Amino acid sequence: MNLILAPVRGLGRATLAVVSAVGRGAMLSVDAGRSLRRVDQWGPHLVPQMISIGVASIPLALFIAAFTGIVLAIQASYTFVGTVPLYFVGALVGKTMILELGPALTGLALSGRVGASNASEIATMRVTEQIDALESLAYDPIAYLVVPRVIAGTLMFPVVIALAIAMGIVAGWLTSIALLDLATPQFVRGLRLFFDTYDVQFAMFKSATFGTTVTSVGAFFGYTCTGGARGVGRATTRTVVVSSMIILVLDAFWAATLL
Amino acid sequence: MSIELKDVHKAFGEKRVLRGFTLSVERGETVSVIGGSGQGKSTLLKHVNGLLKPDAGEVWVDGQRIDQLEGEPLYETRRKVGYVFQFAALFDSMTIAENVAMGLRRIPGLSEADIADRVRTALARVDLEGVDEQYPSELSGGMRKRAGLARAIALEPAYLLYDEPTTGLDPVTLSMVDELILRMSDRLGVTSVVITHDMESAYRISDRIVMLHEGRARVAGTPDEIRDSADPVVRAFVEGRADLLEEAS
Ligand SMILES: Nc1ncnc2c1ncn2[C@@H]1O[C@H](COP(=O)(O)OP(=O)(O)OP(=O)(O)O)[C@@H](O)[C@H]1O
Ligand SMILES: [Mg+2]
Repeated sequence: MNLILAPVRGLGRATLAVVSAVGRGAMLSVDAGRSLRRVDQWGPHLVPQMISIGVASIPLALFIAAFTGIVLAIQASYTFVGTVPLYFVGALVGKTMILELGPALTGLALSGRVGASNASEIATMRVTEQIDALESLAYDPIAYLVVPRVIAGTLMFPVVIALAIAMGIVAGWLTSIALLDLATPQFVRGLRLFFDTYDVQFAMFKSATFGTTVTSVGAFFGYTCTGGARGVGRATTRTVVVSSMIILVLDAFWAATLL
Repeated sequence: MSIELKDVHKAFGEKRVLRGFTLSVERGETVSVIGGSGQGKSTLLKHVNGLLKPDAGEVWVDGQRIDQLEGEPLYETRRKVGYVFQFAALFDSMTIAENVAMGLRRIPGLSEADIADRVRTALARVDLEGVDEQYPSELSGGMRKRAGLARAIALEPAYLLYDEPTTGLDPVTLSMVDELILRMSDRLGVTSVVITHDMESAYRISDRIVMLHEGRARVAGTPDEIRDSADPVVRAFVEGRADLLEEAS
């Protein structure tokens, strides 16, 4: 009896937890929309947040993109050799970096770097009553803490990802001329073959939605955190897991609807 | 009437913390709230500036029902209410001077020079000089506590809510903080609610003392009335005698 009921009960409880989280998330979004008006409170934090979320993420993003570009070039040539003309290496590196690997890999990496740090910072402020202190001093904590981060993430993810894409392509090109039987004109020919500016727009739009996702999921779990150091840890872990999942789902969704 | 709680109820899940708490504080009065650990004193104080909303009942501050205010009107009222947190709740990413300045930046028409001036005065009042550029993590617990106090009094608010302002301070600093609370009320006419465990300081600073017990105001009276109270729960607390509490229950 219990063997049958326990999973059902567990599923029910999990469903309730998700529904209540979605509900609270919706409420927080409404509050955030309202807090947008308080430019005096979030304005001064926008540029510092753009630096810590965006500029400071560039090294990690470039590192990931460089190795992705190298691997793409080598694997493409390994696959194509003898069947497909080798200049298609340029096409494959460019197309996959722009459409998929640039945005998705960087987005996932930043859900760790940016999402986790946002979540733990806001959660710590919650459990040490610093958010209450902000309120007691007549600040709107959502305008002060959440809004600048979400705007900064939405604006800066496309910038970081654009640089990552460029890095990946450059790394693919350098690999081609250094390790593969390919010259620069051939690589460039392949690169231009399937290039479409719509792809770039698509990638930038997608990246912006990833930025919104990572920062608002982190803000949500941080803001609603309860229960001391463990709560902070839980908020951080959940942020990374949930924002990675949303990024992958969004990635598929945009591919299905916009391509 | 400047602060009034009417039949306030508050539960956290199953745990019913406030169960019909009623209190009124006259303009310029200093009321101390005493009560055992976990009785809900901090919870009570957070209702007064709207950090918590009651499940039932009314909370009036400065002629407004703060439990029903939202947005600008709520911030407007909060500007008049200074709150000293039990564990200081300093912003750990800011220096002490920046912490104290935070509330002042929300007051329209204050220049940077005015702010710097008031930060200096507030820190001097709590005997914390020369720590302006230090971060909260570099201070001792008692110093942090006083920095939190400075942050609240720097606003020169009409109302001050102190959550255990003297717990963990040495006797000299403790009496200095008591003096400060007295001075805020005598000179500036501040209306205060002070949560304290320390009966000596409660007697010294309060016009009235209220005991929070099992979610309600158990007794309220002047320091003399509390000192002479026959209520076993009050006597157990005041005299620090657990045996009296067992008799009472
Ligand atoms: N946010 C919260 N969520 C759940 N329970 C809470 C919350 N805040 C307080 N409580 C519970 O309410 C009760 C009263 O807490 P409160 O902090 O108000 O006590 P207190 O009288 O200030 O105690 P102390 O003298 O130790 O500071 C406690 O049992 C506490 O566990
Ligand atoms: Mg308390």
